[in-house]
Amino acid sequence: MSDAAGKRPADPARRTTLKVLGASLGAAAFARAAAPLTEWSGELSVAEFLQKHYRELTPDEMKAVLARIEEETQRKTGVAVSVSDLRPQPGVKFGYALNLSICIGCRRCAEACHQENNHDRASHNSYIRVLEMTQGSLDMEKGNATYQHPVPQPGHYYMPVQCQQCDNAPCVKVCPVEATWKEKDGVVVVDYNWCIGCRYCEAACPYHARRFNWHAPQVPAEEINPNQGYLSNRLRPKGVVEKCHFCLHRTRAGRLPACLEACPTGARVFGNLLDPNSEIRWVLQNKRVFVLKEELGTQPSFFYFFDE
Amino acid sequence: MVDRRWSRHVLALLLVGVGGACGGAAATPAAPSTSTSRGALHAVEIRAHPGLGRLDGTVEDVRGAPAGVRCNTCHTSWVTGAPARRPQELDEFHEDMIFRHGNLACASCHDPDNHERVRLASGETFPLSETMALCAQCHGPQHRDYRNGSHGGMSGYWDLTRGPRVRNHCVNCHDPHAPAWDQVLPAPPPRDRFLTSSHREGAHHE
Repeated sequence: MSDAAGKRPADPARRTTLKVLGASLGAAAFARAAAPLTEWSGELSVAEFLQKHYRELTPDEMKAVLARIEEETQRKTGVAVSVSDLRPQPGVKFGYALNLSICIGCRRCAEACHQENNHDRASHNSYIRVLEMTQGSLDMEKGNATYQHPVPQPGHYYMPVQCQQCDNAPCVKVCPVEATWKEKDGVVVVDYNWCIGCRYCEAACPYHARRFNWHAPQVPAEEINPNQGYLSNRLRPKGVVEKCHFCLHRTRAGRLPACLEACPTGARVFGNLLDPNSEIRWVLQNKRVFVLKEELGTQPSFFYFFDE
Repeated sequence: MVDRRWSRHVLALLLVGVGGACGGAAATPAAPSTSTSRGALHAVEIRAHPGLGRLDGTVEDVRGAPAGVRCNTCHTSWVTGAPARRPQELDEFHEDMIFRHGNLACASCHDPDNHERVRLASGETFPLSETMALCAQCHGPQHRDYRNGSHGGMSGYWDLTRGPRVRNHCVNCHDPHAPAWDQVLPAPPPRDRFLTSSHREGAHHE
């Protein structure tokens, strides 16, 4: 080869050798780059890969999707679960209000969410972060979410923050694939089968309400909540974003959210904003309510108030 | 002011099981619904008043366990000598009881003539099940919020056209003798990487 390098015109053998070498390198690089795809597709069924967007599925197709998810969950975890797809009720728009005067910061709401929604046990994930706030400040960015001392502490109040279900939701606007959207009853939902994991929504949310699944949530089989919803608490795959969905697998069946049932003080008020006789409407009419980061124009469906 | 109509509802509906066992979990049907515009509604139940409690005092039973004495064991007839006027005067069996409820005297709430009943400021007496009306005569704002669903724990259905709801009674959370909550240990915090102390200094991912 060293002799050939000095000769002119170029040796055809040298040219062929370089071509073969280049093609081999290219093929090897492509195989290497595609490796995550081939490995990942091992877990992905053809049916799941070809599944249409949630809002394009016919009722029959949805039924098949739910049956497939139930079957896959049974196969992977050994747990028989029921995955439902409850739709928004006509005449219902959900609202939530939280009384900061009586919240004691016990985190039982976050714990109930952790269990209800099949969150990853190791990271102790929850859609709710309870912020320990200094009295006199309303800046949630200064709140402490990791306190581990008896509560309530003098000089502090406690502000649980979860998805505010904004009417003008920044997270929905930034999604490049329409994997997240606002439903008619006000709940901002995520289709875990459509999310590509770009995390734009997580960055866009001013309330830090979205979570990314760096790995598939690990939940012991005996602790899996079998009452699951397609858009809510079914077991999420790796690499998708999730968020509070107002427990829609419960609330669309008329039940109270898990976080409210866990609250020992009654600081949480949930109901239908369109029903003038509802508890949530009484709060909005009789308490001095405010929303977080009102200046951003997100128009939350989640309200906070103090008693006096 | 006590809402009389509300009081009667509570009286009528909470009556069941008053003299029953302490700490019974049974709920009794109660409370007028806050909404009547949507046709037939399921019931809102308020947990039954647990009744007079027990005193796990300084006395031990034959097995060495603290002897639990039901209040009524002594107090059915109120013949245990001159009744104490203030909690501070109580002794013997009452030593472990904690009283932190303003400057109330025993008879501020208890009917001195019948220990199974409570007495309103008006002089009217009610069974113990009626405690909520008794609380309400001083704690009006809390009672107003309770009636409108924004005070006190609950479970069940937000939509009463689809199912019932169970609500806590005042005394499920507040000991009438020492109603303020003590501090509690919170549930464990999240352990995601943005919330560790090293990241918290930046305070951008709270």
